[in-house]
Amino acid sequence: MFSPSDLLTIPLNEWVNSFVRDWLVPNFRPFFRSLQWPVTLVLNNLDAFLNAVPMLAFTAVLALVAWRTAGHRVAIFTAIALCFIDMIGLWPETMTTLSMVVTAVFFCTVIGIPLGIIAAGSDRFQMVLRPVLDIMQTIPSFVYLVPIVMLFGVGMVPGIIATIIFALPPIIRLTNLGIRNVRHDLIEAAQTFGSTRWQMLWDLQFPLALRTIMAGLNQTLMLALSMVVIAAMIGAGGLGLVVFTGLGRLDVGNATAGGVGIVLIAIILDRITQALGEQRQVRTTSLFATLKQLFSVSAPPVDRTERAG
Amino acid sequence: MKFKVSAKNIFKIFGTHPEEALRLLREGRSKEEIFAETGHTVGVQDTSFDVGEGQIFVVMGLSGSGKSTLVRMINGLIEPTSGQMLVDGVDVASCSAQELRRIRREKVAMVFQHFALFPHKTVAENAAYGLKIRGMAAAERRERAIAALAQVGLEAYADSYPDELSGGMQQRVGLARGLAAEPEVLLMDEPFSALDPLIRRDMQEELLELQRTMKKTIIFITHDLNEALTLGDKIAIMKDGRFVQIGTAEEIVDTPADDYVAAFTADIDRSRVFTAASVSVAPEALELSSATAQSAIQRMEELGRDALYIVDGENIAGLVTYRDLTASVRDNGGALRDAILSDFPKAGRSTELFELYPLAQSGLPIAVTNRKGRLEGIVPPEAVFAKLAGEQQPAA
Repeated sequence: MFSPSDLLTIPLNEWVNSFVRDWLVPNFRPFFRSLQWPVTLVLNNLDAFLNAVPMLAFTAVLALVAWRTAGHRVAIFTAIALCFIDMIGLWPETMTTLSMVVTAVFFCTVIGIPLGIIAAGSDRFQMVLRPVLDIMQTIPSFVYLVPIVMLFGVGMVPGIIATIIFALPPIIRLTNLGIRNVRHDLIEAAQTFGSTRWQMLWDLQFPLALRTIMAGLNQTLMLALSMVVIAAMIGAGGLGLVVFTGLGRLDVGNATAGGVGIVLIAIILDRITQALGEQRQVRTTSLFATLKQLFSVSAPPVDRTERAG
Repeated sequence: MKFKVSAKNIFKIFGTHPEEALRLLREGRSKEEIFAETGHTVGVQDTSFDVGEGQIFVVMGLSGSGKSTLVRMINGLIEPTSGQMLVDGVDVASCSAQELRRIRREKVAMVFQHFALFPHKTVAENAAYGLKIRGMAAAERRERAIAALAQVGLEAYADSYPDELSGGMQQRVGLARGLAAEPEVLLMDEPFSALDPLIRRDMQEELLELQRTMKKTIIFITHDLNEALTLGDKIAIMKDGRFVQIGTAEEIVDTPADDYVAAFTADIDRSRVFTAASVSVAPEALELSSATAQSAIQRMEELGRDALYIVDGENIAGLVTYRDLTASVRDNGGALRDAILSDFPKAGRSTELFELYPLAQSGLPIAVTNRKGRLEGIVPPEAVFAKLAGEQQPAA
């Protein structure tokens, strides 16, 4: 039977191999390595901090945040879930996973929100960006694990970089969507009074889009959590490593324990970020006020902390 | 007279290559032909107008007539394809971005059909928006925003959010936001169309009340001819992107330029459009000191009137009727003074016809006086009814 491959075979795999191995890696490895240092910096500090905070204090603070944002039920759930994690002996791993996820989400936010804003302002940029985001969301993460290892090596930071690639699209898409969906007559009103683009963005578009952006943040966070086990394959630690080792040794017990830890953390973070997006942002005067409000949540008076813990 | 806003041969064509459409338009093709041929929509074509300081200029047209496009060219939200839009002599269409921003911040404010209040800001913050954009300190702009809210009677709601207010109140906030910036020109794009009819009437009266003290130059867009006639010092009727007629309320109702305008004016309450001045005629009054009963009767016979006013210098002495006077002369050879009725119907120049109507029922001519009480003209009662009926006024 005739097939097109009788006429022509395309050695795509070899091309990619020679592109990555013979050109990208020798020429750009130092460049990619240097990209690591901000990630390393944030991760190390966060990891050290979270592992230094006593378990009960951390639980109290997170439960309080949950209470202030999502209500008392989520707060009680948070307290019980964190105690359970501690009791099954996975506290340090959980903190490592949390610092990884938070670092990844932090960089997704720092990269994603500006990109989303640019995309909202320029149809051309959006046209270019959209297929890139589609590829990022559909390509199996295993495919880019190998080049990441070649360029960045193994360890926590390459794991986080893989996580960033995987979790970045939603926050870009929803920032773009949120800003584009700000009512046209409000934009006109702002223009009418002589707003500059920056004033319009800061005072009007961003606060009004914040709800949608928070939904994007929530999705990014969930995607980042789902990468925990895969990132462990290239040397990331934490709960992902527990599951991964359990898988390798057919140790059902440990794999389950790690999995439960991931699920519990996911539920807590999901509820808190969802609640943030749903109620608070609609009515704050500016981004600054919103941040202040959030900040006042994470800096509670001491006696309250003890009560909630 | 110095014009605050002047449009000179404004064209606006929507589409990617407006030059071709503009050329066809100048050749005299219609809007439909151009759309069929080039796919371009003609928004506004060859429109010119001048608005004097302190005037209310109303642009009235149905949806799609280009009136919203026109008003958006005054503050540069839309750039005209061709023509000049002068605000205080500066061409908004061609000035730099900085200049345009300065004009928007200091000179021209706008009120929107659907209010366009910022939902995440309080009423006071909304009203202070223009001042914030200008960089005014928070305390001062709040003070001025509250003052603007007080003008529209909403200072008590300063710390509420827009969605807690009714539609009428929201539009008052929109108006306060426009006024707080102390602009010289206020653009109002169908500001009352989204409101209930009763509230709309209140808002119109409130706007006129405010305008009496503010004396802003207002360009007001509406699709409601009654609203246009109530508010406008000068009214333009717009159709298919061009002005069909510009004139005062009376001119538009009295002499519609074409059938299109006539169709609009057909069911207008004429008694609220026309004033005493529009139906008044020369008084032909006699001077009390020189006139006699005989000369008065003779004068009435000459003029074909059955009543005549008698003035005493600057003041109106009163009214004599033909019947009283002839009876008085027949009975006692009487003097003019005895026949004068001092209780006569009286109105100002700008009194509207619906107020003249009851006066006209007495059958006596109505004295039209100026502010000092001096007789300026008279309104024969039949002229009131003729005007209401829409007939050309007979040469009384």
